[in-house]
Amino acid sequence: MAVSISRGERVFNGFNVGFMVLLSSVFVIPFIVVASTSIVGAAEAARRGGLVLIPETVDFGAYQAIFAQGSAIIRAYGVTLFRVVVGTAMNLLFTAPFAYALSKRSVPARTPITMFVFFTILFHGGLIPTFLVVRNLGLYNTYWALIIPELVNAWWMLIMRNFFYTIPESLEESALIDGANPPTVLLKVVLPLSMPVLTTIGLFYAVWHWNSWFDANIYIPDIRRMPVQNILRRILINATEVINDDPEMLYEMDAPPPPDAIKAAVIMVATVPILFVYPFIQKYFVKGVLLGSVKG
Amino acid sequence: MSTSEHTLLTREAGAGRARGALLRSVRKHHFYYYLMLPGLLYILIFKYLPMVGISISFLEINPFIGLQGIIQGEWIGFKNFEKFFGSYFFGNVMANTFIISGLKLLFTFPTTIALALLINELVNVLFKRVVQTISYLPHFISWVVVAGLAFKLFASGGIVNYVIEGLGGDAIRFLGDPRYFRSVLIATHVWKEIGWGTIIILAALAGVNPELYESAIIDGANKFQQVIRITLPSIAMVISILLIFNVGNLINAGFEQVLLLYNPLVLDVADIIDTYVYREGLQQLNFSYAAAVGVFKSIAALVMVVLANFTAKKLEQEGLW
Repeated sequence: MAVSISRGERVFNGFNVGFMVLLSSVFVIPFIVVASTSIVGAAEAARRGGLVLIPETVDFGAYQAIFAQGSAIIRAYGVTLFRVVVGTAMNLLFTAPFAYALSKRSVPARTPITMFVFFTILFHGGLIPTFLVVRNLGLYNTYWALIIPELVNAWWMLIMRNFFYTIPESLEESALIDGANPPTVLLKVVLPLSMPVLTTIGLFYAVWHWNSWFDANIYIPDIRRMPVQNILRRILINATEVINDDPEMLYEMDAPPPPDAIKAAVIMVATVPILFVYPFIQKYFVKGVLLGSVKG
Repeated sequence: MSTSEHTLLTREAGAGRARGALLRSVRKHHFYYYLMLPGLLYILIFKYLPMVGISISFLEINPFIGLQGIIQGEWIGFKNFEKFFGSYFFGNVMANTFIISGLKLLFTFPTTIALALLINELVNVLFKRVVQTISYLPHFISWVVVAGLAFKLFASGGIVNYVIEGLGGDAIRFLGDPRYFRSVLIATHVWKEIGWGTIIILAALAGVNPELYESAIIDGANKFQQVIRITLPSIAMVISILLIFNVGNLINAGFEQVLLLYNPLVLDVADIIDTYVYREGLQQLNFSYAAAVGVFKSIAALVMVVLANFTAKKLEQEGLW
């Protein structure tokens, strides 16, 4: 490209880089504040006041408290893991075949069925009727209430259908001429080619499951069946009362961690897994967004 | 492309083929219908059954009965709707909904475009990728965690007040003061979504023909002139379409965010349609009244998005559907 860069351009580039560093720190600092709050002991917190960016001593008391025997967090982790693993698998099992079938141009009534699904993006019965349907089906206060009411995301299903359009029909046709039946074509020809879109939409569902809390908030009244996000929410509101089955546990500790440290530790526990996998899954999300912005 | 092809096919089917041929075609494709069946059943039960359930908003029902109330309930006509339109809450939640979402759009939309333009100018590819990765991060964090971070940052002893007091100001109760609460909503929204929003704009920027810049440089245009004369006009259509759909979505002011952050002290400035439905329906158990408010919102949302799509189509012959 251009060989010589003007002085003004060089100044601009310098400012731009500086601004980006500043902006990036705005995104990162809240996590650092929470991380350090979670490892400040009671004594230091009392001495140095509320805000400690760099702790003098590291105290894992808050983590010991939330992972102690009878921990509500560990049990909630189990619930979250269940909805992420089983939920995502069921999401894909219901979404992918649906999307594939709707991508078949020769199937009669394909367009009315697509419209039937698409309409649910534009209009829905609302919170109360949906709640009543879920309750009437006996899902209230069961783990299935976290999975079944959102089995198929219509929008993501249509993104998937757009992907299936891009698989050349000649590929499937030649397999059919060779004597394979449609189920075999689906499993042997289409499925291996669909891994990118299954990964992308699967990750959409998985992250959605990890972060969801509102469904559990309305469908799961029992604290012992709540996922991590909901336990975190209760702890943010009610300080420390729900971290353990034994409410006296905290007072029996030698040096109970400050409530702020416990809150921060639970935030960390609910966030770190996402922070850890995020750099690897990010590109799939970008791909998904761009797929979704192109009309099929 | 698929649509025109398809209309041709349906027209053909309607005109020429006999009913028997259609049946044969259905039978030939029965495998694909089996594939659709589980998903269709799901849509029917969890998306269309609640639409039938909307009828409870015209009935007086016992909250402990639930959906059976549709059969047993007493018909009360539009009483619930009249009650909502006549109440103090109607004006309050409508105003809050559009003020909050309007302010969010006002603060998020231009800043997202500006950020995308700046990211696009970064020379070092690796640095650019790191900045993008960091800026997308908050999008992946749940609102519960973001609320936790916000409580930590905006509390009376939090980092924001620490800075304010350090500069000689008085501490502000951001979360409990009606004058400041909306700024917390806007700030956390911008923080969470600005980076993510740049993706589509960066994709549009990547599609600008590089020859345009090359000839502009030969003509002696500087960076600023290039942005004004080439970059912005090239992505104007994408920006307009995005803006139209954002406006069409103004009725959604951020249910989860408000529900997690608000409290009785700021109800007058924070209560939106969704939080009102939630409180009336699931906390007070006024199912039919809350369902009425909810269906009012659903219909308004439908009208707005249809209008947005219509406008987008007028502009570009290209809508959402």
